[in-house]
Formats: sequence, structure tokens, C-alpha cells
Amino acid sequence: MSSSPALRMEGVRKTYQVADEEIVALDRADLVVGGDEIVALIGPSGSGKTTLCSIAGGLLTASQGTVVVGGNDISDYTSRQLTDFRRTSVGFVFQSVNLVPFLTARENLLVVSELVGRGGRRRRKDAVARTAELLDELGLADRADNLPAQLSGGQRQRVAIGRALMNGPDLVLFDEPTSALDSQLGDQVVKLIRDEMKDRGTAAIIVTHDDRITHYADRTVRIEDGRISA
Amino acid sequence: MRLALRELRRRPGRFVVAASILTLIALLLMFLGGLLDGLIGSSTAAYRAQPGDLIVYSASSRESLVRSRITAETRAAVEATAGVEAIGGLGSLQVGARLGEDPGSRELVGTVLFGYELAPRGLPAEPPPTGEVVADSSLRSEGVSVGDTVLLGPQRSPLRVTGFVDDTRYSGQVSLWGSLDTWRAVTAANRPGQSPGDTVQALVVRTDGAPAAVAAAIDAGSGSTATLTLAAATEALPGVAQQRSTFNQIIGVTALVALVVVALFFALITVERTALYGILKAVGASGATLFAGVVTQALVVTGLAATIGVAGSLALDAVLPAGAIPFEVTPSRLITSVVLMLVAAIAGCAFSLRRVLRVEPASAIGTAG
Repeated sequence: MSSSPALRMEGVRKTYQVADEEIVALDRADLVVGGDEIVALIGPSGSGKTTLCSIAGGLLTASQGTVVVGGNDISDYTSRQLTDFRRTSVGFVFQSVNLVPFLTARENLLVVSELVGRGGRRRRKDAVARTAELLDELGLADRADNLPAQLSGGQRQRVAIGRALMNGPDLVLFDEPTSALDSQLGDQVVKLIRDEMKDRGTAAIIVTHDDRITHYADRTVRIEDGRISA
Repeated sequence: MRLALRELRRRPGRFVVAASILTLIALLLMFLGGLLDGLIGSSTAAYRAQPGDLIVYSASSRESLVRSRITAETRAAVEATAGVEAIGGLGSLQVGARLGEDPGSRELVGTVLFGYELAPRGLPAEPPPTGEVVADSSLRSEGVSVGDTVLLGPQRSPLRVTGFVDDTRYSGQVSLWGSLDTWRAVTAANRPGQSPGDTVQALVVRTDGAPAAVAAAIDAGSGSTATLTLAAATEALPGVAQQRSTFNQIIGVTALVALVVVALFFALITVERTALYGILKAVGASGATLFAGVVTQALVVTGLAATIGVAGSLALDAVLPAGAIPFEVTPSRLITSVVLMLVAAIAGCAFSLRRVLRVEPASAIGTAG
């Protein structure tokens, strides 16, 4: 359990230029997520929750403000630094098509370390060991060699969670993790997310429309028209 | 890279179309190359077999063997030039030959009768006696064997074939090799107006210095010659440069087609993968790594096609009866073709580079909101 915050956002503003008009996607957003806190981020579509999540995960840079993740101030990172940051410090679980369709569950967990290809045999050995451990914990040990098409929706989501945890992230970002699942399965997945995060003491932000998730979260943050209201 | 190779292994189906088209292109490319080499080979083999470094024509001949005349005086002047180690006269006569001893036979084969002094590769140092020739081995496929007689030209000058030599064709025709006397006699009989007398058409010169310098010295000394290196003289033979440039243009266009096929195919595949690339970038893959994967796949697919092309042209070379068509497979041609294909593949991928680099990692997550 870590006491320093996993995420600190101060005065974050994000604007887009569309034709001659400036669109404000996020305005003066302040948000602190504790080291092992699970925050549910809710709001109508177009409210800015995806933008906030993208900035916290280093997918987008803020137009203004400070973003600190796991002690690293990423506000002024270059796109190359952000690529490294995403690979080493955050985990993502996306909404839909998020596994590589022609890789097995095991290979989907290894994909990032293989894509980078640096670090040689030792690092590869570590990655393989971690993969086995994660698949086991997620109840997928006997599914390790199955392709995504051979897995159920819930199993696929668990593989995605495993991939997000591969790099031992400070923060995991979930983008509507239950939107493609029926309510029973959705419930299981959310419970799984909570257990996995709490066991590891890892912070998480879950972007959702789904009210059930808020019960499992430590805190719910609302966002509307680009502004956070606690 | 590993990801790209896995996709090739697990989803070979999606690469089959591109691989098939590229295989056909590789076959075409290598077939064209083999045809070019075969054609050039059968046009120039008689020159390439010459034992010298230089060919001396008369200055007024405009580098044409047929138009060239070298007199005894010119010959003496050339022979006296410093750096000339050995010298031999060369004469040629393009004429139809009747096979067998029937003067009425209508079965004509295009031949070139050469008279030589310095023995070309594979020929006896001492030219055959008058009335006898050594023939290019392609005459065998016409049913001629050692001891047979062929009748040359309108006067049906009889020449007895006493042996065969490989790879000495000239202008796409069968060459016959005899002494200068044989050549003079047959020419005098069949081309009454053009009797060579004591002249020859050209001189083959072996040098013991730098050939280019010796060539300049020969032309300066004799004042009436045009001296070319053997390579330049070979290239200047009628039709050679034209054949080469025509074929090279077709080969160039074929390589361009390969480039376009790779470009279109991988542009399509890249569009299809936009979502996947977004996710992979979001989890920390760089654009360069992903593009390297595209290049890897293009190289593997094209390499496979080129390999089949190589196997195909070797098979064709083995199956074709000798002399049926001028087709020649050389390692350098095969290697050049493979390299050309691979370069086209890499250049074709370049069209997808911008698209791969431009995929935003943020596209992986939700819709902007």
C-alpha cells in the first residue's frame, strides 16, 4: 500500500481547435487519486471523462495544468517519453477490440515486452514468469493457449486486465469495462477488478456509465461539460 | 517483428493474394532477365570468346565488323605499336548454309563463317585446314554431327564440320570457325564483288599494357583505325544496346508493378489495422516498431515470391530444350532480380509509413468526450 497519490491533476485544461472554434473538453480539472484508491468516473457522453482518462494515462497532453502520475510529472513529456511512460507506468483496459486477435491469451500479455524487444533474455524470462503468474491469478491458466475468439467475453476482459497489470503500473485506467458484457458478467468483472486492484494496492480510474460500478469504487467522481464536481 | 511474423504464420490466408501476384511478377522478372541474357549471349558470344583485349576496326567502318577492312600495311603498323603482345586477323561472312550434301536442299540455317588466327576460347590454336570448320554446338540440334558437310551460300561452298565448340553464337546465328583462307575462299566465291583479297575485317589484339592506352597508341600510330576494348566492341554489336535498353525498360516497369502491388496491399492492411495500432501504441509500442513489422511482412512475402521465381526459372532452364529459345539463367541475374523485388517491397511499404506513424494512441480509448 502506497500513501503517495497515484495521480495528481491540477488545473488541467484541454482544448481542441475545430475549424475556427475552440472546443473546451476539460476545464480546470483537479483530481487526486490515492495510491490504492479506486475511482469511478461518471458523466454523460461528451462530458470530458475520456479526455481526462487519456491525459492521466499519457495518451494526450494537457493544454494547461500539471499531471503527476506515480511521482512523475508528465505534463511536459514529449511523445517519445509518453510512449515509454505508458509502457512502464500505466495500464489500460479498453472498451472493445482490445486484444490482438491472432495471439493467444499468453501472447497478448507478452505483446508489449515483445514489441519493445529490448532487455534481452533475462527480461523476457521475467516477462514469461509474470505472465504465468497473472494468468493463474486471473483464473486463465488453462486458457493460456487459446485465441481471443475461443474465449468468452468475461475471459477476454480478464486477459485485457492481465495485460494492463503486466508492467506493475502505478495506475490502471478502465474505459467502460462492462459496456460489452451482460449484467451478471459485468458484475463479476467489476468484482474482479476491485479484488485485483486491492490485492496489489494499485490505483484505478474506471470510466463508466454503469451505476453498479460505483458501489465497488471507493469514490465516485462526476464530470459534466468538462468540469469535475465531486 | 515477432508480432508481424506470428501474423504471417497464423493468418497466411490474408497474404495469399499478394504473395501469388508477387510470385507471378517474380517469375516474369526472372524470365525477362533470362531472355535478355540469352539474347545478348547468342548475339555476342563469338566476341566474348575472343582471346584479346582490343578489337581494331578500320576508321571508316563506324565500329561495324561487316564494313571494316584492315589492309596488310595497317596490320603491320598495329603490330609495331608498343604494348601489342599478339595480333590476329578476323573475318566474317553471314550466309545461309544448307545442311547435308544435297545442293537443291531448301533447308537453310543462318550461319556466320569466321576466319581466325588467334584461337578463341575452345577452338584449336591452329585453325582447321582450308575447307574444314569447327561449328558452334547449337548446330548439333539441327542434326549435324562431326564429319558432316554443310554447303554455304549461293555457290554451295562445301565445308566439312570437324568438331564443335560451345557458346560462340553471333547475331543469333550459328558460327562456323575456320582459317582466314577458308573465309577468303568462301567469301570470294559467294560475294564476287567483295573479295577480301589479302585484307581482314578486324584485328584481335592481346596487350601487355593497359588496354585503353594501347588502343589510343594503335589509333595514333596507324592513323586509319578505330580501336575498341573487347567489352565496348561487344556492346557496339548491332542490336545489343537496343535489346538491352528495351528489356531493361520492361524489367523496370515490372519492378514498378511489384512496388505498386506491395504499396496497395500493405496500405489496405494498414487501414484495416488502424484500431489495433491505436491499442498497441496506447500500451507503449512506438510507431517505428509497428512500421518495422509492416516492412518485415513485406520482405517475407516478397522474399517467398522471389524464391519461387528463382525455382521457377531454374526449372524452366532445365526443361527447355537447348536452342529452343534464347534463355539463360545466371546467378547474377537471379540475385539482381531478387534484390530488385526486395527493394521494390521496401519502397512500396514506404507509402504506409505516414499512416502507421499518424495513428493516435488516444484513438484506442472511447470516443473523444
